Amino acid sequence: MKHVITLLHKEFILELRRKSVVAGLGLYLFSLIFICYLTFSLRQQAINENTWSALFWLVILFSVVNSVAKSFIGERKGVFIYLYSVASPQHIIIAKMLYNSLLAFLLSVAGYVLFAVFIFNPVRDQLLFVVLLLLTSTGFSVSLSLISGIASKANNSNVLMAVLSFPVVISILLMAVRTTGNVLNGLERAASYDELLNLLAINCIAGALAYILFPYIWRS
Amino acid sequence: MKIGLKITAIVLLVYVHTAGLLMDVPRLNILNETIRALYFHVPMWFGMVLLYVGSVYYAIKYLRNPSHELDVKAEAFAHVGTAFGVLGMITGMLWANYTWGSPWHGDPKQNGAAIALLVYLAYFVLRGSLDNPEQRARLSAVYNIFAFAAMIPLIFIIPRLTSSMHPGSGGNPGFNAYDLDSRMRWVFYPAVAGWFLVGLWIADLRIRFGQIAEKLK
Repeated sequence: MKHVITLLHKEFILELRRKSVVAGLGLYLFSLIFICYLTFSLRQQAINENTWSALFWLVILFSVVNSVAKSFIGERKGVFIYLYSVASPQHIIIAKMLYNSLLAFLLSVAGYVLFAVFIFNPVRDQLLFVVLLLLTSTGFSVSLSLISGIASKANNSNVLMAVLSFPVVISILLMAVRTTGNVLNGLERAASYDELLNLLAINCIAGALAYILFPYIWRS
Repeated sequence: MKIGLKITAIVLLVYVHTAGLLMDVPRLNILNETIRALYFHVPMWFGMVLLYVGSVYYAIKYLRNPSHELDVKAEAFAHVGTAFGVLGMITGMLWANYTWGSPWHGDPKQNGAAIALLVYLAYFVLRGSLDNPEQRARLSAVYNIFAFAAMIPLIFIIPRLTSSMHPGSGGNPGFNAYDLDSRMRWVFYPAVAGWFLVGLWIADLRIRFGQIAEKLK
């Protein structure tokens, strides 16, 4: 546990030191939403709720994939070797997953706020929606952390990242879209418990698998 | 693969093709004679899932105890499984064209199966983009296991949650209770076994080919 916290601390320090990366991610998110706003020339509810949900999840998916992809892709070789010699792979993947989940959650919430400002906010049950955002962002980052580790070993990592990750996160995305549909249609909370539980289960499976499998990709 | 199994596969499939096309089938609304597609469409998915299970099994074995042979096996099973999946997709689209009215109906199971195929196509892309054979074997084994676990909810859970036109989904009874007349069992189970044995046979050929190619290197 102590090691995990140390590694997590290191991630935060490194991230704060390279502010341009975080700023880049934020700008990416902002430009995606702004493009949605401009292309649909929205504002006065020109789109219906289904379109809102589709746009929202596309924006979140792309920005989260980009933010998590950089957790292994683009790191220098020396960093890997150093980490390999000082920390166990289990600690590294847990720290990465926690850190990425936090980052993804922040990005999703920021995306939600920007959507509310620029487009509109059809969500009635805010608490449920935030819980959904939390679950999906952990799900995305848990599965994408491992995929990013795999993709970083190949030559064309960025293309590979997209190809490998989309099929894997699609089950999370489907659950998210379904729950969003429930929330937007103003169904009561109990109607979405099944989906949320499913999401939690998928997260647990993906997390456990990433924890077990990561040592094998870390060795090379 | 034992010669006996190969003969069994041939005999079973000859039987399935004659009995499947000639024997009496129950007359059901809409389905009518197309119900015979059951003998060819459903065994493809059984075969695909079983072959993918085989592929994951060898991937796990590879991670526990790396050897070139296990990697070749995992890849061969995934290859044949994907071929079965594509055939299942084509037969399903053909069947859907006559019963549901159009080849692609956005049925959750259809979408799930398409995504499952995408997962394994991504697996082959991953294999293609790594040069070092040892690294390729290890990383693709990891992705194989991870992707398989992500595929299970797609094919088995999500379609059951929503309404689907496949039997066994959205409150429909599974096909045991519903459309599988006991006469059809006499053809359906041999069909599943026969197609699966053919899958094993093709995989076996690929494995032997891979081993010889390795020896010649």
